[in-house]
Amino acid sequence: MQVVRADVVIIGGGGAGLRAAIAACEHDRELSVALISKVVPMRSHTVAAEGGAAGVVGADDRLELHFDDTVSGGDWLCEQDVVDYFVAHCAEELVQLEHWGCPWSRTPEGNVNVRFFGGMKAKRTWFAADRSGFHMLHTLFQTSLKYPKLRRYDEFFCADLIVVDGRMRGVLAIEIATGEMFLFDCAAVVLATGGAGRVFRQNTNAGTVTGDGMDLAYRHGVPLRDMEFMQWHPTALPGTGILITEACRGEGGILVNKDGYRYLQDYGLGPLDPWPRPKAMELGPRDRLSQAFWHEHQKERTIQTTHGPAVHLDLRHLGARKIHERLPLIAEVAQTFMGVDATRSPIPVCPAVHYTMGGILTDGRCRTPLEGLFAAGECASVGIHGANRLGSNSLVELLVFGKVAGEEAAQCARAVARSRADEPERIAAAQATQLLAMLNIEAGARPAAIRDAMMDSMESGVGIYREERTLQATCERLADLRARCRRGIRLDDRSRAFNTEWLGAIELSAMLAVADAMAHSALARRESRGAHMRMDGFATRDDVNFLKHSLARYQGDGPPRIEYAPVTITRSPPRARVYGGEGKQAQLS
Amino acid sequence: MVEPRTRNIRIECLRYAPGVDAAPRMQAWDVPFTDDMSVLQGLQYIKDHLDGSVTFRWSCRMAVCGSCGMQINGIPKLACETFLREYMPAGIRVEPLAHFPIVRDLVIDQSDFLAKLESVRPYLIPAVPRTLAEGPYRQTPGEMDAYYQYSQCINCALCYAACPQYGMNAKFTGPAALALLHRYNADSRDAGKAQRMEIINAEDGVWGCTLVGYCSEVCPKGVDPARAVNQNKIESTKDYFRHLLMPRGSGSR
Repeated sequence: MQVVRADVVIIGGGGAGLRAAIAACEHDRELSVALISKVVPMRSHTVAAEGGAAGVVGADDRLELHFDDTVSGGDWLCEQDVVDYFVAHCAEELVQLEHWGCPWSRTPEGNVNVRFFGGMKAKRTWFAADRSGFHMLHTLFQTSLKYPKLRRYDEFFCADLIVVDGRMRGVLAIEIATGEMFLFDCAAVVLATGGAGRVFRQNTNAGTVTGDGMDLAYRHGVPLRDMEFMQWHPTALPGTGILITEACRGEGGILVNKDGYRYLQDYGLGPLDPWPRPKAMELGPRDRLSQAFWHEHQKERTIQTTHGPAVHLDLRHLGARKIHERLPLIAEVAQTFMGVDATRSPIPVCPAVHYTMGGILTDGRCRTPLEGLFAAGECASVGIHGANRLGSNSLVELLVFGKVAGEEAAQCARAVARSRADEPERIAAAQATQLLAMLNIEAGARPAAIRDAMMDSMESGVGIYREERTLQATCERLADLRARCRRGIRLDDRSRAFNTEWLGAIELSAMLAVADAMAHSALARRESRGAHMRMDGFATRDDVNFLKHSLARYQGDGPPRIEYAPVTITRSPPRARVYGGEGKQAQLS
Repeated sequence: MVEPRTRNIRIECLRYAPGVDAAPRMQAWDVPFTDDMSVLQGLQYIKDHLDGSVTFRWSCRMAVCGSCGMQINGIPKLACETFLREYMPAGIRVEPLAHFPIVRDLVIDQSDFLAKLESVRPYLIPAVPRTLAEGPYRQTPGEMDAYYQYSQCINCALCYAACPQYGMNAKFTGPAALALLHRYNADSRDAGKAQRMEIINAEDGVWGCTLVGYCSEVCPKGVDPARAVNQNKIESTKDYFRHLLMPRGSGSR
């Protein structure tokens, strides 16, 4: 086993990981920082984010409005002190990225432009056409090259954490090209490994979004918080799940059913006019829009495609010029993957799993309960999304909390006296032996068979609307699949070099553990809130019993134990969550 | 649900496992597909159902992450946005990107490519550092146009597989890295041109390019690296004459 000594180890090379790495380097130029990523950083899923990143800049906008939109958007399950910190730091991080070269779209005068986004009261979404995540990620990656103390370990797969006496002491990683084991001996680790959307079949996520970082923390005793809240993005391509950004609607696109009717007016989001206007109709929040789609499907008012039901996203009235200027990627994607010219025809779209609102429990400074372990970005639950994330809050979350995590980890690494001990190496060797044993299993299921069964079970039990009977069935199915996984998965590939089947099997076991946390958290939450909708007699929000976070605690081979923790409410007590005309009345009164 | 039509296509794939295969070999499968399936989805079908050891990179499956470049019937393409239906009835042959060492099957060693991207100082080098309190730079849409196209590169390396110069001389800085260099030189917020000029002027800089232009033809994002390279030939020439007239150290940057 090769041993690498570093002060700070960051796992994940997406937006949060790169921002954390830069922050750690800037905070303390003496520290050695190792960035481990299972893909070369610019392949990370941040690259696929389209619409933009929120930050208050306009004369007609205020931090309080961003706070209100976020807290009500999250159906009051947000940590309000953390949301306060967040909204106060968004704009400066977006300016910082501009200084690093990010090509934010501009007004004719040369100022940064902003657009409308769902559930946001004012235009506050900074965008780089509809390739915002792509430009943010490349800007961060290229900027990270300036820091000589930052050493990248591209295509290293993090397989386990090394915890000694209740604190972080290292990380075990596999060098993918060779299959060699590496021990990263360190005192501070930042998990920035992204979400877990790949546990569902129909999703907008890249193949890498398999919840491995969540699983690492979870297995070492850190609770996963609010895992029942998965976001369905209302507009993805049927079949592939490729994302069609909310910016389409921010620019004025409309959604119609098979009769050409703007059905959202039937679901508390109307009236129609004037359009576009904030927090109404197609600019409602994502949970409400995906739920409206579900109802339209029940009413048989959706369009049938070869990949299931869809509705139409119509951009034609925006005109070819605006579409090509503001939404060039969407035009390209619709043409390539659907054969649709968005300037001439509507695009068929349907909901797809998009974002994991819950994640690794952290406080407002990105600290997990495990000493020396920090988390930021989609893998973390720092507390800003609650029961439903607003579009364009997560891209800026990567920056605001990536920076916090990097600085906290740097301070932690400085504070800890390093002692040379054999314990981490002994633990790493035992972990490595187990991982290598997977290559010699002679009998068992194919990984794809277990993966497909997991995805089908999650789709049927933990979908947009849920009920006890199907949730229970999914919990049982996942227990069975986890047991099959423990008995052994049979790999065709027994070699060490670039064995993606082996890594896929490790990811699969992580996905099963995370899916299990989602299903059990959903079963236990007997109310409807945000993206978690129950049909079996719990159709409304229940603040008396469930204005609290769920915490899923790992229990080995058995199901997780679900506990609860209070929500921090500072200045916005829960009230009715309303949009459209009703929302306007509520604000006037 | 409308049932789609399923047909079979023959997919032939280069296989090579270090330490196992003495030399690369070809292996073929008949794969069922529907008209909306990409080459990537065909390979995923093989990995899931026929042979789990087939190895390739992929991630976003929507042509923005740059992972899945490969030679498809001899032409560098992204597997996720190339469709199996285009190759009926003859079938398809997939091989790793040309001009790179093979790690395994369709996976190339991209370390040289990454090192070249990193070598061109691809970050803003401002004349004077700007504080956050000063807010964003002013940059008009016209000023953005000067570099915007070159900022669209997804680092997929198709242009290196297409570049005959890189094939002959791996020291050549190459199309994507030179386009990235130009992206920062052409940015109104940047003042690092002088630092990057030595890379442009070097023997393996822009003068390595012989104007074949195949790099721009295979680029999936319309970056047009050939244009960036040739704009810099002009810059390099101007730089040469500037130094003849005004020896180093005596003039402005």
